[in-house]
Amino acid sequence: MSTQNSTAPTSLVPRDRFLGSLYGRNTRAVIARGLKATWGTNWSIMVSGFVEPVLYLVAMGIGLGALVGTVTGPGGEEIGYANYIAPALLAVSAMNGAVYDSTMNVFSKLNYSRLYEGMLSTPLGPLDVAMGEIFLALLRGAMYATGFTAVMGAMGLITSPWALLMIPAAVVIAFGFASFGMAVTSYMKTFQQLDWVNMVMLPMFLLSATFYPLSVYPGPMQSVIQALPLWHGVEMLRQISVGIFNWGTAGHLLYFVVMIAIGLTLTTRRLRALFLK
Amino acid sequence: MSQITSTKTVPETRSDFVISARNLTKSYGDFTAVNGISFDVPPGESFGLLGPNGAGKSTTMKMIGGVSQRSGGELSIMGLDPNRYGPEVRAHLGVVPQQDNLDEDLRVRDNLLAYGRYFGLPKSYLQPKADELLEFAQLADKAKARVDSLSGGMKRRLTIARSLINDPKILLLDEPTTGLDPQARHILWDRLFRLKEAGVTLILTTHYMDEAEQLCDRLIVVDKGAIMAEGSPAALIREHSTREVVELRFGSDRNTTVASELEGIGERLETLPDRVLIYADDGEAALEAVTGRGLRPITSLVRRSSLEDVFLRLTGRSLVE
Repeated sequence: MSTQNSTAPTSLVPRDRFLGSLYGRNTRAVIARGLKATWGTNWSIMVSGFVEPVLYLVAMGIGLGALVGTVTGPGGEEIGYANYIAPALLAVSAMNGAVYDSTMNVFSKLNYSRLYEGMLSTPLGPLDVAMGEIFLALLRGAMYATGFTAVMGAMGLITSPWALLMIPAAVVIAFGFASFGMAVTSYMKTFQQLDWVNMVMLPMFLLSATFYPLSVYPGPMQSVIQALPLWHGVEMLRQISVGIFNWGTAGHLLYFVVMIAIGLTLTTRRLRALFLK
Repeated sequence: MSQITSTKTVPETRSDFVISARNLTKSYGDFTAVNGISFDVPPGESFGLLGPNGAGKSTTMKMIGGVSQRSGGELSIMGLDPNRYGPEVRAHLGVVPQQDNLDEDLRVRDNLLAYGRYFGLPKSYLQPKADELLEFAQLADKAKARVDSLSGGMKRRLTIARSLINDPKILLLDEPTTGLDPQARHILWDRLFRLKEAGVTLILTTHYMDEAEQLCDRLIVVDKGAIMAEGSPAALIREHSTREVVELRFGSDRNTTVASELEGIGERLETLPDRVLIYADDGEAALEAVTGRGLRPITSLVRRSSLEDVFLRLTGRSLVE
């Protein structure tokens, strides 16, 4: 019998610690697995996630931009239409990627590929899995943001060195949506319910001052849009892209800090409902 | 665990057993999947849970595995409460789930390595261990293959190899051979038997009575969330059935009418749509008695009582789903 000749160095010392039953303190193993799996098979999905915002930028920014001409930027100066929508598209892609990863992707690994079932029969806890998946989503978001910013540079749409800060800012936006998305997924029972997520996302994408300024709306409508997270993301990146900062910038950032805090709290609370049935 | 205990009416879970359950209960809303079952498993034993679909076997397995929180009762795995010390308990378990949940995005050997990392095991341990387990599971030549290219039996063996990556003290097997062809089942039984010889405690659920007879030292029969019987396969047969069974076929339309003429032969008579069963300690003698009464069955068969007879007697023949 050869399987017993080496003893696995694992221990059975009970440790009483915060969230002890939910957290195996080995998030790194989840991340390592995710990197290996992505490298091996899912790279085509990675490419499509990068191409989508670039297509929008070309079609709307260059195509539609030829008709629009210039618009008023965050600082009151006139900027090209492509310059105007590029940061907004970056915010949208940060949102889409994070929401896809934390809803669709988590839901299918939970219910169809049963990947998490396997992970959770090891010392890993739901918190390890959730943190690992969020980290991977953010890493992917950071790669997309870097790629998109490079495309902006190549198209001559970067006018200020501050624009590089759009990359970490896009990761903050993705973090807000990912932490919230996972909490939402914990309430989902069927794939059909995930369509509701799209029904929220699409109007938010179209209406959050992505392609035109907020001032086109009547007053009450403006307040509704301003309550939504994507508007804060769009405005924050637009300001960063031209290097104009004011209290509004801090307000947008604060919005996401609060969103991340609430999202993570909710997700942690729902972990048992999500993973341990 | 080892506090001084005062006299109590309900016996406590015991730490000299690797698994100890007292009034273990799990309900989902109004539905009670497991209704207050108690059992103890000493180290090294091969312990089976038998029962029809929906009896609560898998739910019990999930509670032992620390992935499902019990609704009531006590459960101790190697002296620890899995609800509270889930990660510590799971570090010593190997789990083979009912449905394979291999990582389809990783190749065969990488499945073992990634799984080992979930246990926090170092690469220096995992590399040789993975090769050793691939050898054990007869998958060494498939190390670099994609998981979805494997046959059902290969996937099952890989799942078992994966469950052994941490040298578990307890191996939980939920219907390990369901859906496999006879060759694959026998290979798997052989591998499980070797683990048993190596001192691993096996906890196994199955629908196959021959599997239970082959592998289990002791088993419980569960139905509707409660324990119907407990004992070794041989003891259960002795207790709930006769030594032999005579199976008689008179043709579907005649079985019921003939049954009344068979009264008094053997210890017990069971009339099924397709055949009549006579439970007797001496099957040949019972068959002679049948022909002595001038009855001519189309076919007759004398066989030893099996666990299947016990199972059907305890859980009934009708389909309850």
